[in-house]
Amino acid sequence: MQFACACSARQMLYECNRNHRKIEQQTRRLGYWWRITVVMGSFQSLPDDHQYQTLSKNTGFSLEQIAILHNRFKQLSQNEETLRRDDLKTIQDLESNPIRSQIIEAFFDSRNFQNDGVGSVEEIGFEEFLTVMSYFRAPPQHITEEQREKIRRSKLRFLFNMHDTDNDGTITLEEYRHVVEELLSRSGALGRETAKGIADAAMLEVASISVGPMAPDDFYEGITFEHFLKILNGVEIETNMHIRFLNMDATVLCK
Amino acid sequence: MMPRLSSIVPESCLLIVVGLLVGGLMKLVAEVPPVLESKIFFLYLLPPIILDAGYFMPIRQFTENLGTILMFAVVGTLWNAFFVGGLLYGVCQFEGHRLVNVDLLSCLLFGSIISAVDPVAVLAVFEEIHINELLHILVFGESLLNDAVTVVLYHLFEEFSSVGTITVMDVFLGVVCFLVVSLGGIVVGAIYGLLAAFTSRFTSHTRVIEPLFVFVYSYMAYLSAEVFHLSGIMALIACGAVTRPYVEANISHKSHTTIKYFLKMWSSVSDTLIFIFLGVSTVAGPHEWNWIFVVATLILCLVARVLGVVGLTFVINKFRIVKLTSKDQFIIAYGGLRGAIAFSLVYLLNTDHFPKRNMFLTAIITVIFFTVFVQGMTIRPLVDLLAVKKKQETKRSINEEIHTQFLDHLLTGIEGICGHYGHHHWKDKLNRFNKKYVKKCLIAGERSKEPQLIAFYHKMEMKQAIELVESGGGSKLPSAVPSTVSMQNIQPKKSPQDRALPQLSKAREDEIRKILRTNLQKTRQRLRSYNRHTLIADPYEDGWNEILIKRKRMMELEKKISQMNNYLTVPAPAPDSPTIARARLASDPQAWGLKSLTESIPTIKVDLASPQSPESFNMVDEIGKKGSQSKASEEEDGLTMKVPSMTKPRKDKTANEDDDKEPQQRLMRCLSDPGPAGEEDEEDEPFLH
Repeated sequence: MQFACACSARQMLYECNRNHRKIEQQTRRLGYWWRITVVMGSFQSLPDDHQYQTLSKNTGFSLEQIAILHNRFKQLSQNEETLRRDDLKTIQDLESNPIRSQIIEAFFDSRNFQNDGVGSVEEIGFEEFLTVMSYFRAPPQHITEEQREKIRRSKLRFLFNMHDTDNDGTITLEEYRHVVEELLSRSGALGRETAKGIADAAMLEVASISVGPMAPDDFYEGITFEHFLKILNGVEIETNMHIRFLNMDATVLCK
Repeated sequence: MMPRLSSIVPESCLLIVVGLLVGGLMKLVAEVPPVLESKIFFLYLLPPIILDAGYFMPIRQFTENLGTILMFAVVGTLWNAFFVGGLLYGVCQFEGHRLVNVDLLSCLLFGSIISAVDPVAVLAVFEEIHINELLHILVFGESLLNDAVTVVLYHLFEEFSSVGTITVMDVFLGVVCFLVVSLGGIVVGAIYGLLAAFTSRFTSHTRVIEPLFVFVYSYMAYLSAEVFHLSGIMALIACGAVTRPYVEANISHKSHTTIKYFLKMWSSVSDTLIFIFLGVSTVAGPHEWNWIFVVATLILCLVARVLGVVGLTFVINKFRIVKLTSKDQFIIAYGGLRGAIAFSLVYLLNTDHFPKRNMFLTAIITVIFFTVFVQGMTIRPLVDLLAVKKKQETKRSINEEIHTQFLDHLLTGIEGICGHYGHHHWKDKLNRFNKKYVKKCLIAGERSKEPQLIAFYHKMEMKQAIELVESGGGSKLPSAVPSTVSMQNIQPKKSPQDRALPQLSKAREDEIRKILRTNLQKTRQRLRSYNRHTLIADPYEDGWNEILIKRKRMMELEKKISQMNNYLTVPAPAPDSPTIARARLASDPQAWGLKSLTESIPTIKVDLASPQSPESFNMVDEIGKKGSQSKASEEEDGLTMKVPSMTKPRKDKTANEDDDKEPQQRLMRCLSDPGPAGEEDEEDEPFLH
């Protein structure tokens, strides 16, 4: 514990990894089911448990979920400390996803790391990985209206950041067109032509809802975050934007 | 007085009262009132309602809550059946004298019949209270899916009552039977649904009978399932749900409307008849009133429902992300209405096996009356009192659609990164399979490759275009149209020298607008009448890239225009034709540029931005633009209404029309001169490449 307190977070993580690796080697012979119980039992005896505790407090995941995500992180980064874009590009399931590049970018966008950074980074550590993942947690059952609103805003902020690539605080027409084009990128030429029309129509709608009647010479700069909130009022983001995080390690079964 | 009455009393109650009156009247006249015969009910009255429900089922919410719905439908109904049946038997034993010979099997059978929530009653009541979608789909889905359980239990107990003894093997077989009945019903329905979808692929030449296929195939699915003692209701639901996405992509807009209205009409009629008949049967049917039995039934039903819902929700909430609150549970429990299906099932009982059938009938009628009247009437004030979330009345906007799709892909991607195959992953896989194989088989032509977002957008566009024309040229505005924001408000401004096209003077614009507006109104009155063999083909479904259709359109258009001698050339005709075709073509003037893919038919784009579209035309000569395909032209033409070419404004223009002078002039000649029809063939050339 004294060792943990004295070092930086990265080193702690490294220690944690090292212990994990040792245990993994030991349990490999024992097979899959044994591995779960040993891993579950092992991290409880780890001295760097403290790190998980902090992460759990910051992001809201449970300790088991963090352990599983950590395993996945190591699997993706090939047991290194940091994750790069290429590591994420190797995931086969993402191949057929039309907004693949945007998703990958979101992981490397420091606006999503909740530490007031800007710009994109080349590699991320486990903490950033977990922070981005935490946007997809389901809201807890008994929360106040305020907290619900806060969660909603943070999830919508994540989406907004995904669209607003140049970080000027607004989604311009070009950026929105790009979004729709990406969505329809699997449809060939047909998609490209109508994508523009769709993006234009959508923009018109936002403008009319947010600003109301405009004179012919007024110019609507772009969708600000407040307008974004307003137009997505109908989509219940806090309940829709989540995935089920496992409490049991099933990642060995999948790629 | 009447409007107030219908806001307090749900329609179903009023109908039952009417039935009672009619029955009473008939009895007074010493006529025998007709009873709701089970054959008529199951074969003719029930299917339209179920088909209507299945065809318009919101698939997304249904599949999201499928686990919960199945729990309520299967486990809930089983619990209800055994609880009510068992305790009723106990009550019968205790009370002695007249009830002692009611054996356990009869009680269980009665319990299984009465425990099923009835879709007809639920629909009738819930439609009026506009409750939020989650609760609606939960109760409604439960009422549909519990049919399988009811069918199995009913047949099981009927068989057992003639056999006499039950073994564990029989119970096991019962479970297997349930699986066969429900899954078999779904499979039968799905097969017929796919057949209907496949048939509709080839109906582009016989638009008039398209709705017939949907109805016939669905009814056949129902009958086939019933013949094999599978669950007919589930077959019908599966058929409707499977058919809908493919059929809607294939059939014409008019057929779609026809299907919708016919289904609503039939289900309305059935609904009304069922409740009236219930009232009449109450007066007519043989009754045997037994206070204890009836009251016990009523109380046990209510108690069983409440206990079942509470218990199940406790278990379900462990697996749900969006938990069910106690308010939700109350509404679900309170919404468990019984209806005509239970009545008909009891009516079918054989009096030899079930000597107490009349008593059962009386008890069932009492329970039905109680649930429909008391629960039906009080649910609306209770919903208001408890401040239960109501259905959102807003229409789906294009932004929401874009972001829903975006979210879907995003969540699938995140699941991929996380490494586990969750709910979104399988949904995505199913969608891709659907797109890759199924759609190609079942949807005709170009539409098979159309992504959902584009389909939604076109549907919206068309709806607005139709509304626009129907409102007589834009005096009133359809609600969803953004009012006074137009493309120029969101386009980044360009410096004047980038503009390749001159603008018209204001006065000219106003003049043209006025003429066009009056034109629009006049053309609507000039539609030719037709018989069913010469229905104007709707270009919406014929594939907007098909040159032939466009050509036909242009020829018809020219014929019409040649009749209007003095008017400017406005292709503003029948509400469903070229306007829409052009709307489709017209997202980008480059689309019909010099490429061989498309041709230079002048396009009309529907101005989604402005309600007074005819008045806000951008009088830009599109053909002149072909040469100058600068960004300015492409961006400004986004969504405004354009008119191909004018005789008058042409003189004002200084557009660069070098290579296009000739086709332009020919075009002008075609459109403005009332030339002889024989020349049309050669004049078509400018339109084609």
